[in-house]
Order: sequence, then structure tokens, then C-alpha cells
Amino acid sequence: MESRIEKRVALQAPVARVWRALTDYREFGQWFRVKLDGPFVPGQVSRGHITYPGYEHLRWEAVVEKMEPERLFSFTWHPYAVDLQKDYSTETPTLVEFGLEKTPTGTLLRVTESGFDKIPSERRVQALRMNDGGWVEQMKNIEAHVSETP
Amino acid sequence: MSPKRHSNIVATRGRSPVFAALGDETRLSLVAKLCAVQNGSISQLTEGSNLTRQAITKHLRVMERVGIVRCVRKGRESRFQFNPEPIEGIREYLDFVSQQWDQALSRLKSFVEDERPRS
Repeated sequence: MESRIEKRVALQAPVARVWRALTDYREFGQWFRVKLDGPFVPGQVSRGHITYPGYEHLRWEAVVEKMEPERLFSFTWHPYAVDLQKDYSTETPTLVEFGLEKTPTGTLLRVTESGFDKIPSERRVQALRMNDGGWVEQMKNIEAHVSETP
Repeated sequence: MSPKRHSNIVATRGRSPVFAALGDETRLSLVAKLCAVQNGSISQLTEGSNLTRQAITKHLRVMERVGIVRCVRKGRESRFQFNPEPIEGIREYLDFVSQQWDQALSRLKSFVEDERPRS
């Protein structure tokens, strides 16, 4: 069973620019839609809360793993840990890695998230049932997405 | 100025028929009803909506085709059940997380590219 996600995106911006967008906690927060309490530091917990409409009640928490300038940024987290009553710390987190590579037109960014096979199945169901209007909204996005890319 | 392109995000995405089937408010509300009333009849499921029994049946068949609704014959009547299994599959979960990444990376792309000096 495949248990990782991999994305590649060609960005028309210098590696240094992309590195800053990924690792400056304020810049990261802008595009990821999370408000972080402070800078990313390897080995330390990064905390904040989601600013994505409909998910503002959710906390963000990740542990920064590696910061190899302009090359690799990685953290572990519990993706879509939506139940505020539950303690997720005993579960195995997934690992998110951003790899950067210089190209003639800018930067090739490779994002991988791995370790999904360790997530308990009830967690997967919960994430999919994200309550309130956010879920319906998400469905519409997905619907739009799948109809655009058959 | 070249048009903004998000299409060069190459993803390991597969078409997700389950999400497509659920991407409709009528069908989502039917799922909610089916969760409340196990073995719902067409009459029960049509109640409270502005749609005809035929229209509701059509929506149920769409969901039946992707496996999230089961139809059980009870005499002359059809009864419908919600079947969460396809939604619970890891594949669907990965698709969901995958979509989140697609959206986040599109935002990142705009974020780092839009501030370039325009020609």
C-alpha cells in the first residue's frame, strides 16, 4: 500500500526566495494559512493555529527536523488532527520534506509526506469528516478539481 | 505578461470518484439523512427536500455506483444504507491530504512568483 504523497512544482523564483518562503515562519504562515508563534528551529516544536477559513479553531503543531539552507526543510506533524479533545502525541507523526533544487528557470520544489500507514484508521475517518461547513466547502473544491482534471 | 500557470504542479493524483459523488449538497444531505435513518426508504429520504422521488433516486444511484450507498430490497420497496467503507480507505485519505497540498503549493507558487518585477 502506497503510504506517501509526493509533489513536484516548478517555481519561477530563485532558490533563495523559495527557501525564505518556506522557512521564515511569517512567510510560511501566509501561504500555508497558519499563524505561527515563532521562528522554526531544528529540533523544536513549532506552534500556532490554522487561519484557513473554516478551520480557525484548529491548532498547528509540528516538530522541525532539518533546515539545510536552500536544500532541505523538514518537519513531522499529525496531519489534520481535528479532534481538539484528543491527544495525538502518542501517534506516529508523518514526515514532511521540502527539497529544493536550482533550475534554469528558478526552483524545482519537491514535497513529500510519508508515514501514513501508521495513522490509525479512525483518525483517517475523522479527518475526512471534518465537521462544520468546512467539509462541504472542501467537497466543492474537490468536485471542482476532479471535474477539471479527469 | 504571461498568464499564471498552476498546471505544472505534477501530482500523484488519481481521480477520486467517491469525492466527486459527494461533491453535491443534495447528496451530502442525503448522506446525513442516511446516517440518521438506517435503511431509509425513498419516501423518508425525499421528505423535507424540494426534489421529486425520481431526482432523489438518481442521486442515490450515483452514490451507489461508487459504493457509499447500498440498496437493499425489502419486498417491493428499496431501502438505502450509508456505507462509509470507501471513505475510510487510506487511498481516499491520501487523496484528501494530496488535495490540501495541491492547494497549499498553488498558494506558495503565487506567493513567490507574484512579487517578481513585471515586464
